[in-house]
Amino acid sequence: MVKISNELIEQINENVIKGRRHKEDEDFEGGSVGEPGVEELVEEALKGGVKPKEIIGCINEAMEVVGKKYETGEFFIPDMMASAEAVSAGMDVLEPYLSSTGESMDKFVIATVEGDLHDIGKNIVALLLKGAGFNVIDLGTNVPADKIVETVRAEDAKLVGLSALLTTTMRRMGEVVEKLRAEGIDAKVLVGGAAVSVSYAAEIGAIYCKDAFGALEAVKND
Amino acid sequence: MREGILVKPYERLEQEQLERIHEASLSILRDPGILSYNKEAVEIFDDNGAEISAHTEYWRISIPEGLVEESVKHAPSVVQLGARERENRLILDGREPRVRFGTGSEANIILDIAVEDFVSEETGIKRSFPVFQRRRGTIQDLCQAAHLCEHLPNVDFFIRTVNIQDEDITEGNKDVNKFFASLNNTKKHVMAGLTNVEKLDDVIRMAEIISGDNNEPVISFITCVTKSPLQFVEDTTQNLIEIAKRGYPVSISASPQGGSTAPLQEAGMLAQLNAEILAGITLAQLVRKKTPVLYGSVPLRVRMDNLDNMYGAPETNRYNIDGVQMARFYGIPCYSTAGIGDSRFPGIEASVNKLLSHLFIALSGAQYIHYAFGLLEGTNTFSFEQAILDDVHIGMIKSMLKEQRIEEELQDSLTMIREVMNTSHKMFTRYARRYLHAGDVIPFYPFEGDANETLLKVKARNEELLSSPVDEIPEEIKKRIFQEFDVLERIK
Ligand code: B1M
Repeated sequence: MVKISNELIEQINENVIKGRRHKEDEDFEGGSVGEPGVEELVEEALKGGVKPKEIIGCINEAMEVVGKKYETGEFFIPDMMASAEAVSAGMDVLEPYLSSTGESMDKFVIATVEGDLHDIGKNIVALLLKGAGFNVIDLGTNVPADKIVETVRAEDAKLVGLSALLTTTMRRMGEVVEKLRAEGIDAKVLVGGAAVSVSYAAEIGAIYCKDAFGALEAVKND
Repeated sequence: MREGILVKPYERLEQEQLERIHEASLSILRDPGILSYNKEAVEIFDDNGAEISAHTEYWRISIPEGLVEESVKHAPSVVQLGARERENRLILDGREPRVRFGTGSEANIILDIAVEDFVSEETGIKRSFPVFQRRRGTIQDLCQAAHLCEHLPNVDFFIRTVNIQDEDITEGNKDVNKFFASLNNTKKHVMAGLTNVEKLDDVIRMAEIISGDNNEPVISFITCVTKSPLQFVEDTTQNLIEIAKRGYPVSISASPQGGSTAPLQEAGMLAQLNAEILAGITLAQLVRKKTPVLYGSVPLRVRMDNLDNMYGAPETNRYNIDGVQMARFYGIPCYSTAGIGDSRFPGIEASVNKLLSHLFIALSGAQYIHYAFGLLEGTNTFSFEQAILDDVHIGMIKSMLKEQRIEEELQDSLTMIREVMNTSHKMFTRYARRYLHAGDVIPFYPFEGDANETLLKVKARNEELLSSPVDEIPEEIKKRIFQEFDVLERIK
């Protein structure tokens, strides 16, 4: 039994690095199709009695390896995203087990603000945060301030991420922060996107994130 | 008229492969179809027999093959674009690989060059160097960019280069201001995107006041109708519908990004790009048959370290060459893409990016090449000096691609060779003069020097061109415009 669970943990680790969500996925070299991916492996591990905590530990370790590979230039953004998706797939399987044991993941509400349709950057941030174990609630693009505030309140989220790429829509970020504060919500607000600058973020009382790694850094320092 | 350069096109695909891509695009438009966030577009497709299914935030339009094929047939092959000066008119024929270059983008940043003196620690010698300064673009920059481009001989049309970010520019007055700033400073054709569809009629009326009896429209529009993959955006789709209702020329552009919002592979990219543009063309023709459209091909590959656009990627050029060929397959003039430097500053990287795309897209025979002047850092930065360099280099490419005239030159050359052989010095210089003085020959590279010297020379040239006047719109017409529209006093 111990041997089997160790093997499974190792396979989960390997498949997170390979960015394989499930058995139909290819790895970064185009191979492995048909072999179990993170989803199936986590399922099997849980059924075999492996503790959710142990699985999360293994996933975190794998993501650290992925991060290192990115830093050394062996991996690129598509690799990071595939791995984060694999983690997210595993987390979906884990979720019911976690809530039954009373454990939960930090909630992170993210959106591209009203009037703005750019979402590639926001999607990268959302995925990497998922990969880092956050429960990411992605509201999509062109999201009105009220909807963001409403969701943060309903979900009792402590973290909010806003993206804006246009100089015109950037101003909506200030509106969101104002509305949050007016409702007495003190969630931490992270902002990013080509239009946004450090000084604008400071002006509206938010934290500027240059990129997705900046966002990870900012939530880790929490 | 600006004739453009007729080329023998460089093509990657065989006729049979073009047909395969065409069929693939049609099958994409049926399944998965287009996701539309615009209601009127859905109604138009519904009325014309497309299959619609409603979702919470959008509709899925499954477009039958026949509807696309029928609609595309209505798109005219010849699109005429007017200009304040008739010699600057463009007649674009989708069946003819005749190449023209223009500006583009809506860059946020202007790159200025300052000159500073530095003293060598070793030798004590003082030298001047260019120092780059970045700042946000204003309406004054747009006026000056149009002014500069009026003087650059190889700019065939003007698309607003700068995003005007002045405090007193609002959503309500941005459109009339950007069109006026451009039209007042250049007599070439002016094209731009629309910020606020409610201002479309103002812009058209203003352009008509300026053009007077001119038959062809002196302005045209760009709409990026789709957000890749395969989604009709609410506002830009509305822009297209309204522009088409008024019969104005419009470029229907799509910008799928290989590796992020589209497949990286050439075939998948091309099928998706073509599907997105065909969907827009179909809509325009359903709104109004014979709406003059340009096949707006702006495909590119993304960088793998941050997923931002990578215009210098080899695939970007490959996709664009194919896009031009696809447009010619339908006989629709191609609004194509070349000349963007990925680097933030002029230099080696920017030059390589620009040269490869300028050259290959020209070779592919695109009728209307946008983005070609002054762009750096993707499409984020515009540099006046870079635009001047691009003008020289595009001039060289145009010169290189000129049609051969072997027949008419041959007899002349034989006579010349015989005559020269009878002289004591045996030099052909005398016979070079007529080409030289006709402006057919670039006498030498005008900005010779190391990178720094070149930039200093170009900076001086920019100052010279900006201080040389342009023919602005006549005073009485200007007066009318200032009375009727919310154009800022300071750009009068
Ligand atoms: C925790 O919270 C966080 C934390 C970090 C966050 C964060 C949130 N959000 C971002 N970050 C940060 O982390 C991310 C990952 O590292 C980074 O995200 P980024 O999004 O910055 O980076 C991405 C990974 C890659 N970058 C991008 O994806 C943006 C690239 C550029 C070229 C761009 C694209 C691709 C598009 N565009 Co648009 N577009 C441009 C862009 C120019 C540029 N280089 O920025 C820009 C932003 N666009 C512009 C324009 C004008 C427009 N665009 C439009 C449309 C589009 C496309 C649909 C074609 C496409 C979007 C596709 C998509 N799915 O998102 C139109 C607007 C639509 C709308 N209402 O939003 C339209 C108006 C064009 C038109 N005339 O129709 C310009 C804006 C000028 C301005 N006014 O400010 C522009 C600068 C290009 C230009 N120079 O013309 C960080 O910023």
